This record gives sequence, structure tokens and C-alpha cells, in this order.
Amino acid sequence: MEKKEHILSILVHNKPDVLARIAGTLGGKGYNIESLSVNTTTQYEISKIVMTTVGSQETVTRIENQLQRLVDVIAVDDLTNVESIHRELILVRLNLTADKKEQIKKAVDTNKWKVLVSADTYMILEITGDHSQIDFALVRLEPLGIADITRTGIIALNLEN
Amino acid sequence: MKLKGTQILLKALEEENVDVIFGYPGGAVLDIYDELYKSTMKHILVRHEQGAVHAADGYARATGKVGVCLVTSGPGATNTVTGIATANMDSIPLVVFTGQVPTGLIGNDAFQECDITGITRPCTKHNFLVRSIEDLAPTIKEAFNIARSGRPGPVLVDLPKNVMAAETDYDPANIKIRNYEVTHKPAPKKMANVFEMLTSAKRPLIMTGGGVILGKASAQLTGLARKYQIPVTGTLMGLGSFPGTDPLWLGMLGMHGTYYANMAISHCDLLLAVGVRFDDRVTGTIKTFAANAKIVQIDIDPSSINKNVVVDLPIIGDTKATLTDMINFLAKHNYTYSPADRQEWLGQVAEWKGKVPLTYCQNGKEIKPQYVIETLHKLTKGNAIITTEVGQNQMWTAQFFHFDHPNTFISSGGLGTMGFGLPAAIGVKYAFPDKQVVDIAGDGSIQMNIQELATAAQYKINVKIVLLNNGYLGMVRQWQELFYEKRYSHTDMTYAPDFVKLAEAYGIIGLRATKPEEVESILKLGLSLDKPVLMDFRISREECVYPMVHPGESISNMSLGSREMIN
Ligand SMILES: Cc1ncc(C[n+]2csc(CCOP(=O)(O)OP(=O)(O)O)c2C)c(N)n1
Ligand SMILES: [Mg+2]
Repeated sequence: MEKKEHILSILVHNKPDVLARIAGTLGGKGYNIESLSVNTTTQYEISKIVMTTVGSQETVTRIENQLQRLVDVIAVDDLTNVESIHRELILVRLNLTADKKEQIKKAVDTNKWKVLVSADTYMILEITGDHSQIDFALVRLEPLGIADITRTGIIALNLEN
Repeated sequence: MKLKGTQILLKALEEENVDVIFGYPGGAVLDIYDELYKSTMKHILVRHEQGAVHAADGYARATGKVGVCLVTSGPGATNTVTGIATANMDSIPLVVFTGQVPTGLIGNDAFQECDITGITRPCTKHNFLVRSIEDLAPTIKEAFNIARSGRPGPVLVDLPKNVMAAETDYDPANIKIRNYEVTHKPAPKKMANVFEMLTSAKRPLIMTGGGVILGKASAQLTGLARKYQIPVTGTLMGLGSFPGTDPLWLGMLGMHGTYYANMAISHCDLLLAVGVRFDDRVTGTIKTFAANAKIVQIDIDPSSINKNVVVDLPIIGDTKATLTDMINFLAKHNYTYSPADRQEWLGQVAEWKGKVPLTYCQNGKEIKPQYVIETLHKLTKGNAIITTEVGQNQMWTAQFFHFDHPNTFISSGGLGTMGFGLPAAIGVKYAFPDKQVVDIAGDGSIQMNIQELATAAQYKINVKIVLLNNGYLGMVRQWQELFYEKRYSHTDMTYAPDFVKLAEAYGIIGLRATKPEEVESILKLGLSLDKPVLMDFRISREECVYPMVHPGESISNMSLGSREMIN
């Protein structure tokens, strides 16, 4: 069966070890978590976890079923099979060295990257986009010399209920 | 009124109708034990915490109620892990209370601290660390609810010492918890599908599993099979869910299943699988399992569906409610089977039964383990609750003791835990003091929790142990014989205690039989005594369990032992 990336959106009760239970359920059965994002929803006692994993539809259905068995899991949705929008965010620090300074400023302008902090010796950018947009931005950032970077897990939302 | 944590615990257990705790004290639970001292709650002091969990497990399997344990922190808690994993694999409802160091010390490597919720996360249905006294009563209520609802399982509740010493108001009528009950959703369309599938099937077969026993659906399953003359096979965990003496019964299927059950699975054209999870010991190679059949699977747990075997019609639901719907639907729409087709199919099954019956070779010189079990069945008229250890003893019991009633075959199926049978028998006998309760044991397994003989003796819990003593880790030896050219690497157990003297040392009765003609009289005597009795049967040492499907083979491809010459 064809393996592909699946984005699971999981609603859970916000209990101290709920993330450990979810990670353990996958890890213990030999499935990998590629990316992860967790936060509370509009209700503090309920959290949403967005998680990506790679596998065949069969494997992912099995993962969904295993997750559904957990007492603190309220709902599991596979957003891959419905119309949904995906975003990742990166924060990047570029050092404004003498030889790169002009090149960096030009790249920021042409790409319309959002500058969060601009200092004499460095600059911090915030870039959002879907997976491929972020990958593309990284290709463009690479020659500018990335001093440090943080990339979030994917978050996603389905278009209709 | 304000109550202490320890008092709330005991009151909450009363609310849950708990009538016995299997436990073992220690530093972190001293306060709880002090409260027990003042209370009327029954407590059985085991000799090892693993024994406490297996005893509670046996109690739960026989009664259908939640079994309860209480142990201390650290080593007391870690000693429960094998028992918890055993219950988890077989979906047995337990609540295990563990002591814990005070909340302020958690994470400090305090004396006898261990992260037992972390350790048991993968082998419990759920677990809790109670962080404040206000959470105590609701957590206990939730724990019992989770343990027995839906697909049951063990729940662990970790109780820090300071929380149990704190006080709060206790008002059992006003505890609000989440609802864990699964509401039954009828599926009329699926029932129509079943109707169609049954109508076009010529060779239907029912496969019954542990979910039928846990779901208390034996009467429905039996009614369905008898009404429409559908033969029935079962998994190890399903034994007793359909009467073992009914002509429609084919016995257990799988690795040590009967020839005719495995042939029926391989030739049926419709398989109605109820409360089973298609374990690899049952299916053999998946490729050829029920290859000619459309499969209907009924299970309460969606994760059991399409896990190992891909089925044609999954029905997610409680086994009893779903079978009831099915029976009503078939009756309402006047389902009838073609008598000619059914006769042909049942005739085929009878032919297989005649060709390779479940049998063994009696040579008159040695005690055959199968003969011991048959004699036990005869003497008890099948009216006994049997626990087993693990290995050949377990498989011979499954094959030769024909279980007619649910909750009477009590065995560690999923995990295969040696040392389960004796403590489990103690739990069963505690619940049913008037029933004959027998642990059919192996000489290796019995030594894993032999200390529980003291528990049986102390509380006069008159379990009977039928020890099938072959001086070997027999099942492992069998594999070495068949697949490792008889290289018996570390499976000879002739160096063992004299079990009769050992029984006597524990203050119970020990008996021994070394010849076939002694078997019946020793069993008769042992069963009649009003004391715990260990009966040491010196059986044929290198007897094997047959039929046997070799690992990775199709289940229709069986070794039949010496009978292979005949066929
Ligand atoms: C705790 C544990 N350790 C090891 C095993 C592996 N094992 C399965 S059967 C068996 C032999 C059991 O010997 P015995 O109790 O004498 O039973 P027999 O097969 O001889 O009837 C062993 C070692 C197990 N199932 N459980
Ligand atoms: Mg043995």
C-alpha cells in the first residue's frame, strides 16, 4: 500500500500525562511521529494535538483506532482525506556580517519576509507557510547563513466541519 | 463531614461493592492498612504482589466483577507489573491501588519511590496519580468505571502518602465523573448484510472468543448457533462461551486446535467471528486463514477490527446487544437455511471429526496428562472452575476438559504468564467457596508463585492443584524436540523440590500418583478432602501437544504426532 504523510488532529482532555500517553501509544507500537504541535483550545481543559506520521492508509487507521482507545482522547480526525489548510512557522536568526549584509537585506525585501527584530549585527525573521513553502524559504535562506532556526510542527484546520 | 483519605478510600470501595482486597502492606500504605485494621473490609494477605494481582484477576474472570489489589510503593508496585500486563492482554477489569511517596518527594528518588504510572502506562487501560485529596473520591469512581466499561481492563491508582493523610468532605452521592459507558447503536443495515451473507452461505462457521464471555453473550451465541445449526469453534479465551459437550462444538482452533476446527476454518464460506482479535497463535499464516470465507467480525473495540485479518463486514458493538439484534433480525425476516446444504456441511465436519478425533496414545505404563484431565472432567462431571498455568498443561486442558459454561476456564491467554494459575485459583475459590476450583499446573510454572500455597493454607481457601509433572519446561522442550533437533537447552527441570513434602511443609495436603491405575483414586481423594491439596502426577515426560500447526504455516497444515502414520 502507498505510504504518505497523514495529518492527525486529536482533541484530548488536558491531563498532565496525556502527551506521554499519545507518544507512548505510537512509539510503543513502532510508529514514528514526524511533527507535533500541542496547545489548549478555547477551553483550558481541552487541548488539540496536531501530529503528522507517515504510513499507508491501513497503518494510519490502526493508529487512529489505538489513539481512540485512550481514555483521555476525545476525537481523532485524519485531515489528509478532507480539505484542510496547513501551516508551519519558522523563526530564523541571520547574522549581518559585512559580506552578507546587503545580500540579506535584498532577499528580505524581494521575499517580503516578516522582520521581527532588526539589530545592528543580526536580524530575526518570522516565516509562515505550508510545508513546501517553508522548505522553499529554507532553500533561499541557506546561502545567507542561518545562525539559528526553530521550526514548529504543522498545525492544520479543515475547511468545513 | 470531613474524612481522611484512608477513610474515603475504604468508603469508596464499599460504594463500588468491593467485597475483598488482595494485598500486601509496606511503608507507603501503613496508614491505609491501619484503617483496614479498624474496618470490616475483607483483605487477603498474599505472599507476593504478583500473586495479589493474579488472585484479583482470577476473582474478576470468574465473577465478572472488578478485582481489587492494594500494594505499597516502589518494589511492591513494580511486583504488580506482570499481573497487570496479564490482565491487560486479556481485557480483565481490575483496580490496582499502589502506595506512593508524599507528593513533595515525588521526583527526588525518595526511598521506595518509583514512577509506577509511567511504568504501567503501556500495560493498563488507564492509570492515575492522585495529586490532591479533593481528587481522591472522583478518581476512585472513575477508575472502577473505566475498568468495567466498554472493553474492560486494568486501571492503576497511585496514592501518595500525604494525600491519604489529608482530610476533605466526602459525599458519594455528589461525585461527578465522565461517562465511559458505550451506548449500543443498532445497525439494521449491517444486520441485513448478515442476513444476505447467511442466506448465500453453504458452509457457515461461528468463531467465539473472550469478548463473548466478557460481554456475557454466551446464551445469545449458543441460541444463534443451535437455532440455525451452525458449527462453532473458539479461541482459547472463548472456551466455555459455547457448551463443550454440544455436537456443534468443534473445540479450539489455531496452533493447538483440533484437526476438525482448523479444517472447518479453512473450508467455511462464511465466518462469523464474535469477540475475537485474531491473535497469530489462532490464525497461523494470515494469507490462508479462512481463505474461502467472507468474514463478519463483531467486537466492541474498533482497534480489534482489521488489525490482523481484513474482514468483509465489521460490526462495532457490544457482543450481547449485537447478537440479540442479529437473532431478532433473522427471526423477523424469516431466515431459513437449506437443510440439504447444512446437512452436507455438518456431514463434512463429522467426517473430519471421525478421521482425526482429539485423542492420545495410552500405553498403560505411563500416566498420560490427557488421561488425568479426562478423569478430572469425569469425576467433577465438568462442574468445576479450572485455572491453568502456561505451557503444555494449559493446551491439554483446553483440549481435553470440555468447558460447558462461561467463566469456568481461567487462563492467561494473551500474555501467557507462567505462575498465573495458583494465585488465580485462590481468587476464584474465594469468590466461589462451594465450587470445586482446580489449578491444572506444570512443574515449571507452579514454582513461579508457589509461595501462594501459604495464602491458601492460612485462609483455608481449599484450591486443588493437579500438577502435570513432566520434569521439563515441557512446551519449550517440545519446540526444541521439533525444531532444534532435540537439543534440550536448559529445559530439564528434574531438579525440583519433592512437591508432596513441600505441600506438607506449607500445611496443606500432598498426594502423588506415578502409575496410570493410581490416577483416578488420587484425584477422587484429592477432590474429596476439605483442605488445599497438591496432587503430583508424574506424567509421561516427553509427551507432546498435538495437533500442532508449525509457526508460520497455514492452520490446515497440522502435525498430528504419531497419528501421522495412520493418515
Ligand atoms: C513468566 C514466563 N517465563 C517464560 C515463559 C516461556 N514458557 C512458556 S511455556 C514454558 C514451560 C512451562 O513449563 P511447565 O510449567 O512445566 O509446563 P509444561 O509445558 O511442562 O506443561 C515456558 C518456560 C512464560 N510463558 N512465562
Ligand atoms: Mg513441565
